[in-house]
Amino acid sequence: MKILCCVKRVPAPGAKINVTADGMDVDAAHLGFTTSPHEECGVEGAIQLKEEHGGEVTVLTLGPGEAEEQLRYAASVGADHGVLIPTDGSAYDPQRTAAAIAAAVTELEAGEPFDLIIFGNESADAGGFQVGIRVAHALGRPIVQGIKGIEPDGDIIRARREIDGGFEVYELPRPAVLGVKEGLNLPRYPTMKGRLASKKLEIRSLDVEADAGGQQRVRLHRPEEQVSETVILGEGPEAAVAVVDVLAELGVL
Amino acid sequence: MLLVVLEHDRGELVEAAREALTFGRTLAAKMGDDLEAALIGADDDSLVAEAGAYGASTVHTCTHEVLSDYGPDAHGAVLAQMVEALAPDAVLACGSDRGNEVMAHAAARLDAPFVANCTDVTPGESWSVTRVQWGGSLLEDAALEADVALLSCGLHTVAAEPGDEQDADAESFDADLDESHAITVVRDRVVQEAGVTLPTAPVVVGGGRGVGSEDGFAPLEELAELLGGRVGCSRAVTNLGWRPHADQVGQTGTRIAPEIYIASGISGAIQHWVGAMASKHILAINTDREANMVVKADWAVIADLHEVVPAIAEEIKRRRS
Ligand SMILES: Cc1cc2nc3c(=O)[nH]c(=O)nc-3n(C[C@H](O)[C@H](O)[C@H](O)COP(=O)(O)OP(=O)(O)OC[C@H]3O[C@@H](n4cnc5c(N)ncnc54)[C@H](O)[C@@H]3O)c2cc1C
Ligand SMILES: Nc1ncnc2c1ncn2[C@@H]1O[C@H](COP(=O)(O)O)[C@@H](O)[C@H]1O
Repeated sequence: MKILCCVKRVPAPGAKINVTADGMDVDAAHLGFTTSPHEECGVEGAIQLKEEHGGEVTVLTLGPGEAEEQLRYAASVGADHGVLIPTDGSAYDPQRTAAAIAAAVTELEAGEPFDLIIFGNESADAGGFQVGIRVAHALGRPIVQGIKGIEPDGDIIRARREIDGGFEVYELPRPAVLGVKEGLNLPRYPTMKGRLASKKLEIRSLDVEADAGGQQRVRLHRPEEQVSETVILGEGPEAAVAVVDVLAELGVL
Repeated sequence: MLLVVLEHDRGELVEAAREALTFGRTLAAKMGDDLEAALIGADDDSLVAEAGAYGASTVHTCTHEVLSDYGPDAHGAVLAQMVEALAPDAVLACGSDRGNEVMAHAAARLDAPFVANCTDVTPGESWSVTRVQWGGSLLEDAALEADVALLSCGLHTVAAEPGDEQDADAESFDADLDESHAITVVRDRVVQEAGVTLPTAPVVVGGGRGVGSEDGFAPLEELAELLGGRVGCSRAVTNLGWRPHADQVGQTGTRIAPEIYIASGISGAIQHWVGAMASKHILAINTDREANMVVKADWAVIADLHEVVPAIAEEIKRRRS
């Protein structure tokens, strides 16, 4: 199978997210970068499919030059090719991102479609819940979101979608597109050999034009926090009595 | 006119639909417009009446054999056709999995912007919206320029509440659907567990890296069972393979809303916190007085969870006997 995974570089904040002075971005000065766990599972899923059914895995990102780091990480766990759609680092709106990715896919495919394109269910930062769906429509392919199980069966891809207390099954003809969620698998860690190989990954840079869409950022800000005084019930197992008093008071005993 | 999408599961209105109607009532008032609703794949009188109880004047219903079960593409196609035929000024769904998915499909078909998970919307020449980023850790103010404003409101942004009761008319809508739309309709459905699930549990006993091992969760299981609740965990725990991902609380896991969340050995990273913040009360058990989970909790025990959790279970059993 020929598989494409789309991943987005995002900062990895800890206990709090800080915003830059102009309010237009997350202040990432002291932060590492990562992708959404959904996308990490997407890459792992693609590699597992390759291991089982043969083929190759391409990883694509739209972002600043530094986003190469995320492509190399994917290569260190088994992806074969990396593609970067360079931006000036500013945040693209969802329509623009999707148009650029769809144009890049068409160019990469050169008439020979990827059997499967994998997106995250939503990006970790923007959470627009739409880039994958827009790309699928632009390419005229079926897509289902929220996928936690992928099973190819001949010309069909059976996909499991999580619902409260169980799952739904969809059957998509190839070529297909999926939006996947964390829990699809447990992503592997890179091996030393994988890390070395990823340094040599040749990254293809694809310049594509795409127009801005109708949604434009004005500013980012933190939601108001309720500050609560934490009542310390104790510093050892003897606190259990006070804890159970609290449970009784809440009526959950 | 504001068109609110009524999410239902095989003919049963879901809570997200009531939330969208409640959020939509405020928005329609700001727009100075009527609130109407879209019911795709069902036309039961009881659903129409319920939409009326929440303020909808007309419910546009659409049934078709392709709509016999949920299908994102078919639902999105019908919604796009409704937008073209009924020309609403705005369309609102609730930002549930299905709500956002159907809106994105309709938006892609209409080549229009779609703003997901809004918490506040001000209509105008250019619309001003506030929306959720980072699963709720951050908000974004954005401007929206569009012929029709396609929006979803963040799940649980408002609590569902009936109001402005109307005697809603049902109008049946003829959609142009064929087999191609049926490709992504649900083929099968498997229910694995019934009863108390993580999103609905009244008590959640959470464990993080501090639990130390897979076996270390046994006392947490016991406590959860004594309280009729469920065990939850952090991503550190699922990544270590100690618990299945279905137990994960957070941005990329489950959002919980129990009466009390007992979070033990969890530091309270922002991505975990956003999944836990709807809990009515939080009790943290942690050896670190400065841990974010402790700082944000209502109550805390600063001690080794391996001693505290079994002691709580013992105390409950002692009081019950
Ligand atoms: C895009 C993105 C999405 C994410 N989504 C999620 C998500 O959905 N859910 C999630 O949980 N995380 C998520 N994360 C990961 C998150 O950032 C943290 O890494 C994770 O929540 C940490 O888990 P933890 O608190 O168990 O571990 P740690 O941060 O290592 O904390 C362990 C805690 O246990 C305490 N402790 C240790 N021993 C004991 C003891 N014996 N008794 C009591 N306390 C003890 C320590 O003091 C510490 O506070 C996401 C990250 C990113 C970048
Ligand atoms: N800049 C980007 N580069 C590559 N993929 C992206 C980018 N933005 C979004 N995606 C993909 O689209 C999915 C949905 O994004 P969103 O619509 O922002 O929630 C993500 O999980 C990614 O797989």
